[in-house]
Amino acid sequence: MAEIILEGVTKRFPDGALAVKDVDLDIADGEFVILVGPSGCGKSTTLNMIAGLEDITEGTLRIGDRVVNDLAPKERDVAMVFQSYALYPHMNVRENMGFPLRLAKVDKVTINTKVEEAAEVLDLTEHLDRKPANLSGGQRQRVAMGRAIVRDPKAFLMDEPLSNLDAKLRVQMRTQISRLQRRLGTTTVYVTHDQTEAMTLGDRVVVMRQGLVQQIGTPAELYDFPRNIFVAGFIGSPAMNFLNATLEDGALRTALGDLPLDDRTRQSLERQNAPREVIVGLRPEAFEDVALSHDGDHAGPVFIATVEVLESLGSDVYVYFTAEGGPATTTELEELATDSGMRDTGADAHHIVVRLDAATRAREGEPVELRVHMAKAHVFDPATGANLTHPVGAA
Amino acid sequence: MAAVGKTHAARWGVMNVVVVLYALFPVWWIAALSFKDPATLTDGDYIPRDWTLENYRGIFDTSEFTRALINSIGIALIATVIAVALGIMAAYAVARLRFPGKRLLIGMSLLIAMFPPISLVSPLFNIERIIGIFDTWIGLIIPYMTFSLPLAIYTLSAFFREIPWDLEKAAKVDGATPAQAFRMVIVPLAAPGVFTTAILVFIFCWNDFLFAISLTSTEAARTVPAAIAFFTGSSQFQQPTGSIAAAAVVITIPIVIFVLLFQRRIVAGLTSGAVKG
Repeated sequence: MAEIILEGVTKRFPDGALAVKDVDLDIADGEFVILVGPSGCGKSTTLNMIAGLEDITEGTLRIGDRVVNDLAPKERDVAMVFQSYALYPHMNVRENMGFPLRLAKVDKVTINTKVEEAAEVLDLTEHLDRKPANLSGGQRQRVAMGRAIVRDPKAFLMDEPLSNLDAKLRVQMRTQISRLQRRLGTTTVYVTHDQTEAMTLGDRVVVMRQGLVQQIGTPAELYDFPRNIFVAGFIGSPAMNFLNATLEDGALRTALGDLPLDDRTRQSLERQNAPREVIVGLRPEAFEDVALSHDGDHAGPVFIATVEVLESLGSDVYVYFTAEGGPATTTELEELATDSGMRDTGADAHHIVVRLDAATRAREGEPVELRVHMAKAHVFDPATGANLTHPVGAA
Repeated sequence: MAAVGKTHAARWGVMNVVVVLYALFPVWWIAALSFKDPATLTDGDYIPRDWTLENYRGIFDTSEFTRALINSIGIALIATVIAVALGIMAAYAVARLRFPGKRLLIGMSLLIAMFPPISLVSPLFNIERIIGIFDTWIGLIIPYMTFSLPLAIYTLSAFFREIPWDLEKAAKVDGATPAQAFRMVIVPLAAPGVFTTAILVFIFCWNDFLFAISLTSTEAARTVPAAIAFFTGSSQFQQPTGSIAAAAVVITIPIVIFVLLFQRRIVAGLTSGAVKG
């Protein structure tokens, strides 16, 4: 167990491509940190650098109290779980899990005890003598975990360990990993492209884009105070709605009507010299059905929208409608749309998604009166993508 | 539906029989010749009228054939082991590593494979005589190894490419040195490829006639294919057809044994279960 400290870590590939740029990250002993971002953001490269599978071009990496930049993976004492599991097919489960110990020249009796302990924890005892080929996906995943935990390493590194499992199993394994990590108290770095996994598993989450760290914070911080439009759009499902807006007379003129600013936001915008043209971001839960609200509840601008699609999840209802005027676009938002496959499905970011209480009487094709909670609105600078409502440090 | 399936199976059956007959007819013919006595040798029958083991007794009578058999087995086995061992290392480098001159290496090995061996026989003959390895085992092992290496590298690198990269990375993180990762993870997984290559290389060395006849002069290193060419009939006017047929049958046997032995090891799908898929 140890802390992991990255200082200005940079990775440049031989062909000159910059994969990771100047990452500073302090991972405390026992912490569960998630690296998240769209594909190609440098999260896996960062993990491989920590593991020692990729060289570090610049910067220092410390594990425990040692600088490990130039150490081979075997000298770093970290364990890794791969997306493909990477089980050794010619060895049975017992041999797979005992392999790191065998390499470390641990005596056979100890290996057996440790493997059996780990198998017990992971519910693999009855499969110990089977080959990986005869195991299900979930079992293989657990063997990969087992191989990591038997040696009690300084840190666990996990590279999208759940993305090959089907949806239901993924949720189960997510809880199991979380429980295991808490029990063992081993520092863990976990890479995923799935923001739900990031939000549910991590003590802290690092959002990356194009090799740069966008924001580091607890899941709640990222959700409530995204530092820029990329983080805002990436974290949260369904994603935040973005609208073009013009700042005029202390209000935001948008396709939904004029949204008056509250004092706090106005002051913040003034302090940051906000441009006239901005992008306003509203999470689905920043709206409410006026018909369900009690008198005097959260005063806020009200508008009427025609429901196009209504999805009921039982506990909540998602309402989709189209706002007039084009969708807000920035390079960041386009990148997010490409990554989530929205481009391919032909869906556009034009739709506004609103989360309403299940008691709503909204019906498809009928108008519904909605109120916006301006306290939950975020205003972004379209040029820089910076969040003007919650400036850096406000969190 | 069932009828369609039946005619389909029948058609395949007929085709299989035709192909097998076509392939085995020469084998049968030579085997039949080897069991005939000199008197009926040229009667044109495909089944010997008088079965005799005379031809077999004849070839094992003198040391000419037995000595050649030992030479063949020894030379082919040693050449195979060396070629496969070198091939494994070279193929791994070709499949996995990036190094300067890799394309050149692949090109060169391909060049060797394409070079007509006959054009090399005279220079090899002279070189071997000068350095004193003419008519020795090593004098045959070296050319066999050289000419079978391209084949070994090609077959083996195809097998190495099939092995997921992640396995090596996993081994490294698990604490293996590159050599340990290679020995404990990669080579066992490439075993089917190693055996396939070994068989191919062995057959190549075993069957070679050109080098064997040009680079040997006595029983010291003469292999069976070359020795057969020196068979003589029992009299000046008699063709040694029966002995040649018997020798041909005998030298087929080690190949069959070799293939049967290793065939079991060539099991497909040994890597299944390593990664999801």
